[in-house]
Amino acid sequence: MSDAPDQANRATILNGIRRSLHRGELSGAQRQVVEARLAEPPRGPMVARANLPQPDKVALFCQWAEANNATVARVAATDVASEVASYLARNNLPAEAAMAPGPALDGFDWASQKMLALRRGRGEGSDHVSITGAFAGIAETGTLVTASGPEHPVTLNLLPDTHIVVLREADIVGGYEDVWVRLRARYGKDRMPRTVNTITGPSRTGDIEQTIELGAHGPRRMHIVVVRE
Amino acid sequence: MQSTAHDFKDNAHAALADPNLQDSLAKLKVGFSERRRQAAERLPEFEALRDRARDIKDHALANLDFYLEEFERKVTGVGGHVHWAPTAEDARRIIADLCRSVGARTIAKSKSMVSEEIALNDHLEALGIAPIETDLGEYIIQLRHEPPSHIIAPAVHLTKDQVADTFLEHHAKLGFTRRLTERNDLVAEARHVLRQKFIDADVGLTGANFLVAETGSSMLVTNEGNADLSNTLPKMHIVLASIEKVIPTLEDAAVLLRVLARSATGQESSAYTTLNTGPKRPGDLDGPEHYHVVILDNGRSSVLGTEMQDMLRCIRCGACMNHCPVYGAIGGHAYGWVYPGPIGAVLTPQLLGVEEASNLPNASTFCGRCESVCPVRIPLPGLMRHWREREFERHLTPRAVRQGLALWSFIARRPRLYKSLTGLANRMLALFGRADGRYATLPLAGGWTRFRDFPAPQPGGTFHAQWKRRRP
Repeated sequence: MSDAPDQANRATILNGIRRSLHRGELSGAQRQVVEARLAEPPRGPMVARANLPQPDKVALFCQWAEANNATVARVAATDVASEVASYLARNNLPAEAAMAPGPALDGFDWASQKMLALRRGRGEGSDHVSITGAFAGIAETGTLVTASGPEHPVTLNLLPDTHIVVLREADIVGGYEDVWVRLRARYGKDRMPRTVNTITGPSRTGDIEQTIELGAHGPRRMHIVVVRE
Repeated sequence: MQSTAHDFKDNAHAALADPNLQDSLAKLKVGFSERRRQAAERLPEFEALRDRARDIKDHALANLDFYLEEFERKVTGVGGHVHWAPTAEDARRIIADLCRSVGARTIAKSKSMVSEEIALNDHLEALGIAPIETDLGEYIIQLRHEPPSHIIAPAVHLTKDQVADTFLEHHAKLGFTRRLTERNDLVAEARHVLRQKFIDADVGLTGANFLVAETGSSMLVTNEGNADLSNTLPKMHIVLASIEKVIPTLEDAAVLLRVLARSATGQESSAYTTLNTGPKRPGDLDGPEHYHVVILDNGRSSVLGTEMQDMLRCIRCGACMNHCPVYGAIGGHAYGWVYPGPIGAVLTPQLLGVEEASNLPNASTFCGRCESVCPVRIPLPGLMRHWREREFERHLTPRAVRQGLALWSFIARRPRLYKSLTGLANRMLALFGRADGRYATLPLAGGWTRFRDFPAPQPGGTFHAQWKRRRP
């Protein structure tokens, strides 16, 4: 769709920028400096509060997730399925859920929960509950990170009223920077999945009289099952 | 949107007399600013992060052409398209053409101040395409045919009761015939009504908080999740962003995110921060088939390299307006255009011209709170002073003000005259009676004393006289 006017408009803007900056296209040493910065991105000031041993990172993650209105349960891998079923029962929610299709959730004993009806696939407007894994958890703010793909449709994060996330302790990192490192390791430098969602608690709005109400457009409830290792 | 910035004085008078608005503004004064203070105090690195945020944006602006080209290369590499719009008209044309290419009848919009800047909704409606605002605040004001009054809380000027009336008026035909009184019921009703609109929409249009050159990602920060539904459900996702939104890397984004949410709402993190990179991939079960980024200049490139360049660092958090005593007294609509408050007083004269917006930079006491809270340390009072100087140079200042300033400058440059006249004025004020310590009325100062008392000079003579006596 790059038609001729687009090309002319592109030149107008880029030349306008260069004219204002009193230079031509970046070249020589100047360009090398900028390219080097892009190749080896410098980190900003380190945030000390998440610079902790792994067990404390997990605790900090849970603390901030709860401060942001999520609920957290820490269980052994063998108890993940029963915790999910029990959460739904405790909250009077239907025992049926849309679950992410990928293998990440296969290892848990879903068959033990006879009453729990699971459908693997993307999220639909009619789903009440979704169950997904997560790419990482950020201890600094209690934030979940999900990466889209065939194993994790984005709609599961957004459409259901209740989002249950199964997060392995080992996937809890300090800050955003640690997530970027993991993304580059998984997808390659400069490469990203279509969507990376970072989600901190349930959906909310303060648009009426600056008072926070949960469940604006996304999930009203978020329950994080942290899997002990 | 159509600017009424030239009517600032009348707008401000009307705002001061509007009881609903004054109720809403009273809440603003204690809400955002107190929460920001607490969030900043919780993070010992906050000031260092602000310094780095400023440096990152300065670096990006100094190499803006490079990073925009890099961004474009990455978007193209994953099957997306970048479109360049030098003017608002170009952007409107590009977006309308994209909508028509998929036969769009409705588009789900997530809050975008740039789309307000280019008056996109009116243009699309004229072409028979219905834009539906999905951010709750934007949705409320779209129903009321009002412009936003705040860049992150567009309906902050309204009370809950006004929202309830608006919903009853517009939702009754959808079967919601009960007037609601609770905030959570209002949110639930809007959620229900808008959910179907998301599902029906052909195009999702969002803004962007940042464009990341390293990966070609557009970054969106919201609390509601509406931007994510907008970029996930429809078959086409259009991102509309201005040129200064581009930043180099994900590491830079991490710094900016840490100051953005805390400065805006006092949150440690907004609920949703999303990176979108191109259209649906092979095997994906959801996501848009088409992904387009429209990059708008609209006068910004001409600000680069000038003494006004600092305004382009703005990350649109709204902290300057949350902390501004003038905004707190009159709200956002009085400023007459998309960007209110201190940043509006700096941007609007740039984007619309000094003639249209000359009053805005004067609507400041230069108390400096805006600069003290700006996450990217934009010297807002200094930039407003610049516009005042341009206004004066162009003879846009009212005659009475110019004559007054000319008289003052004549006197101030003659120290003996200045001393004798100020001494005389001091004695005259004493004659009017300084016993109360203030005057309820004073000749030639009716404009002041109509709303507040004028402080009486304290005994001991003028500053000059006291200085002479006390100097060692």
